[in-house]
Amino acid sequence: MSQSAENPAEKAPETIGETLQDAVRLSRQIGEGEIKHGDVVLEVRDLSVNFWVNGEWFAAAENINYELHAGEVLAIVGESGSGKTQSSMSLIGLLPANGRASGSAKLKGIELIGLTGRELQEIRGNEIAVIFQEPMTALNPVYTVGFQIAETLRAHYVMAPSVAKKRALQLMELVEIPEPADSYDKFPHQLSGGQRQRIMIAQSLACDPKMLIADEPTTALDVTVQAEILKLMRELRERVDAAIILITHDMGVVADLADRIIVMKDGRVVEHGSSDEIFNRPQHPYTQSLLAAVPHLGQALEDNNPALKVSMIAEQGQTIPLAPGDPGATAALLMESCSIDYPGQGRRKPFRAAHQINLRIDPGRVVGLVGESGSGKTTIGRAAVALLPVAEGKLSVAGRDITNASNADLLPFRRDVGIVFQDPGSSLNPRLPVGESIGEPLFLHEKLRGRELSNRVEELLDSVELPKAMRNRYPHELSGGQRQRIGIARALALEPKLLIADEPTSALDVSVQANVLKLFYDLQERYGFACLFISHDLAVVEMLSSQIAVMKDGHLVEIGPTPEIINNPQHSYTQRLLAAVPVPDPDEQRKRRELRDAIIAAQGVS
Amino acid sequence: MDPKDQLETRGDNAIEIKEVEGLSQGQIVLRRFFRHKGAMGGLSVLALIMIFAFSAMGIGPIPGWWQYQNPNQTHPMENNGAPTITWPEWLGGPGFSLGNQPFGQDTIGMDNFAQVLSGVKTSLLVMVVLGLTALVIGVTVGALAGYFRGWLDLWLMRITELFIVLPVIVVGAVLGKLLSIAGDKFGWPQEVTSFIWENMPTLLALALGLILWPTMARLVRGEFLSLREQEFVDSARVSGASNWRIITKHILPNAVGVVIVNITLLMSQAVVLETALSFLGFGIQPPNVSLGNLISVNQGAFATRPWLFWWPGLFIILIALSVNFIGDGLRDAFDPRTKRIPSQREMEKATRKEEAATDALEGAK
Repeated sequence: MSQSAENPAEKAPETIGETLQDAVRLSRQIGEGEIKHGDVVLEVRDLSVNFWVNGEWFAAAENINYELHAGEVLAIVGESGSGKTQSSMSLIGLLPANGRASGSAKLKGIELIGLTGRELQEIRGNEIAVIFQEPMTALNPVYTVGFQIAETLRAHYVMAPSVAKKRALQLMELVEIPEPADSYDKFPHQLSGGQRQRIMIAQSLACDPKMLIADEPTTALDVTVQAEILKLMRELRERVDAAIILITHDMGVVADLADRIIVMKDGRVVEHGSSDEIFNRPQHPYTQSLLAAVPHLGQALEDNNPALKVSMIAEQGQTIPLAPGDPGATAALLMESCSIDYPGQGRRKPFRAAHQINLRIDPGRVVGLVGESGSGKTTIGRAAVALLPVAEGKLSVAGRDITNASNADLLPFRRDVGIVFQDPGSSLNPRLPVGESIGEPLFLHEKLRGRELSNRVEELLDSVELPKAMRNRYPHELSGGQRQRIGIARALALEPKLLIADEPTSALDVSVQANVLKLFYDLQERYGFACLFISHDLAVVEMLSSQIAVMKDGHLVEIGPTPEIINNPQHSYTQRLLAAVPVPDPDEQRKRRELRDAIIAAQGVS
Repeated sequence: MDPKDQLETRGDNAIEIKEVEGLSQGQIVLRRFFRHKGAMGGLSVLALIMIFAFSAMGIGPIPGWWQYQNPNQTHPMENNGAPTITWPEWLGGPGFSLGNQPFGQDTIGMDNFAQVLSGVKTSLLVMVVLGLTALVIGVTVGALAGYFRGWLDLWLMRITELFIVLPVIVVGAVLGKLLSIAGDKFGWPQEVTSFIWENMPTLLALALGLILWPTMARLVRGEFLSLREQEFVDSARVSGASNWRIITKHILPNAVGVVIVNITLLMSQAVVLETALSFLGFGIQPPNVSLGNLISVNQGAFATRPWLFWWPGLFIILIALSVNFIGDGLRDAFDPRTKRIPSQREMEKATRKEEAATDALEGAK
């Protein structure tokens, strides 16, 4: 991190106010005088959001009541589809064309529901700002990030471009962008996901809004980046007076930030209380189940007969040697000094995504592979099912060497492996009924047809706890969790010896994730396949695997039995990764946060 | 409440699902298409024109209901060659009747009605044959290039570019002229020459299709390039599906939207192109009749007999417009981003219905 961002807390607040006070407002200010900490900023009464579907109104959110105080963080927690986003977006008129909001929401006495045109524009960005979920798409790719911050300012103030730039730079400093002056002229694609999210936050703070709506601000980010953004938001709430509505489905994130919590389910508020009440004395069973769904660290499986007793770590420039395995069995997956290139296209050069990997999975074992996005973990998974060629080294699956296998050689090999993809939305053919997707491997390998095929498909649906009638549905009719179950059923259709699970739950809500993981665990017990479980979330991996391998920048940096890795991480990267996992308990989370800061301070990196 | 019910949620896309419950992708597209007013108008106009033309002038060996089945036959002048059609009373005419020469006659007494409707038949035939030719070539080239990439893509795309730079109207004119003179020029046997003359519209459409496929190929290639990266293609590959199966079963059905939309737009282009070529005298030659060649042949008489221009012109516009509208409707129907936005009236109606329901509920209490 750069020198200039070292101590933003000391200089930022004073200068930030000044530029705005000198400027002439274009948009009117709502409410009189200063807002003090604790004043009621927003009063929501009987807010309902409905959607018009085929001639009928369908309620997305019903009769929501809450108050929001200045300087407070209110978390609205619920699963996708619970109406938490729509009810908040209705405050600034961002509902889709077939949506309708009714009831009342008063921002400092000004009614927001039903506001249109110029009046609405003056509120947006000025009094209420939004931090969106996906920093990749929320910034316009053809403008520099600095311009986009300045644009918000100049929409609401009479301000010379140079003055707007000055304030934009201050804001970028406030959100700890390294070298703001350089970053000002960068385009969104030149920044990392975390930095883009910081820019979004800077943009939302530009006009000193009274209220911020943060719509799942960290869901699209890696755990370590998420920890940093949460840290930033925690610091910001001390420095700015804005009230924050934090929308999320992850109780772990909430524990870090929220003062008060609203729990929503199917468009209704089921529980409302202070952070302490919700976390320590949850009343509603749904709240309890949400809390229970967050994967906890420290529930490691005990491996009765570990071949690998202690962790092995790689120092700078070294590679981890092949771990010893069960000598009597043929390894389900064996990678010996494997390097894998991500294929180039046209003029783009192939990119080496994995270097000299030594990895062994014994039959029936689950090995977790963790690392941040871009660390090469997915590449390894894809190479293991022969979707990517191996550039160097040797790769064999269940005793079959597939390093240089041709397409025809691969056909029998395909029986032995299955893969569950990350995104359940795109891994099912949208034009085929899901039953046909599940049945495809059976159709191709076992040449099953007609009645026989549909019996097997129904069995498989049964084993992933879905109703048999679902085989005639199309993917778009299913929810994310159901689609992922279909994906698992397809991968298991041929009872493979090796299953690659490529972040199978990262696109799912936390509560759905818990169910899918439990199902996965049961299926593994039942079918006994070996599994490479890829995830960026250590807590998830811990629940399932007996060994964990940690990857960073295409290298394996640590591999060891799960309890060893979780309780006694050796590599500095593993330690940081562990410390970043949020825990749904405010007190414990505070301790973990301090631990994380200490680790980062000791290691001198962030 | 049952504790299990309290925990079960309605799922993450409950509202979106409401709209499409129980429908396959194809049914959703079809429903959106049927809601598109422009497309429905275009479809009905086109259907009426087709029924009218084919029933009047017959299909193949089956004769139609019109009294003069040979468009090139001359008849004695009636009504000075002006149309004998009379408008119904509600349009201010003396009552509807066709008469002997509803669309009038040309300078030598040929029946314009028979000629125009034969021309419409020709135009529709050209449209379909050209569309199918371009479809087959374009989809094949595009699918191969997009799926296999590498050198195959490179070569196929260079060839496509070669075809794209050809000016269609010039090449079409050369090919059309060649068709009509090739028999004499190269001394082909009589049967071949007469076959060419009899099937000139089909052959011309084939020739035009052979130069109009590149846009289709490029679009299909682009679609394949993005679809082949989708995870469902990977999962089919891991299941052991062959390239042929992946292309035909997994990718092509997902690209069908682009294909259908493009082919309809190409078809409307084809109608106008055939007309233009025939008008220039390079396309379909007499005794074959086409709308463009009718205008071309009669262009000297426009001042004195304007109906010789009105009727073919009207049909050209109607066909091209309605096919275009259908294409528009298909594009909207296949675009997953188009959401149905209810009108103010529909929303108010739903509100009234909701209020009535709550009133009834309270009344029951």
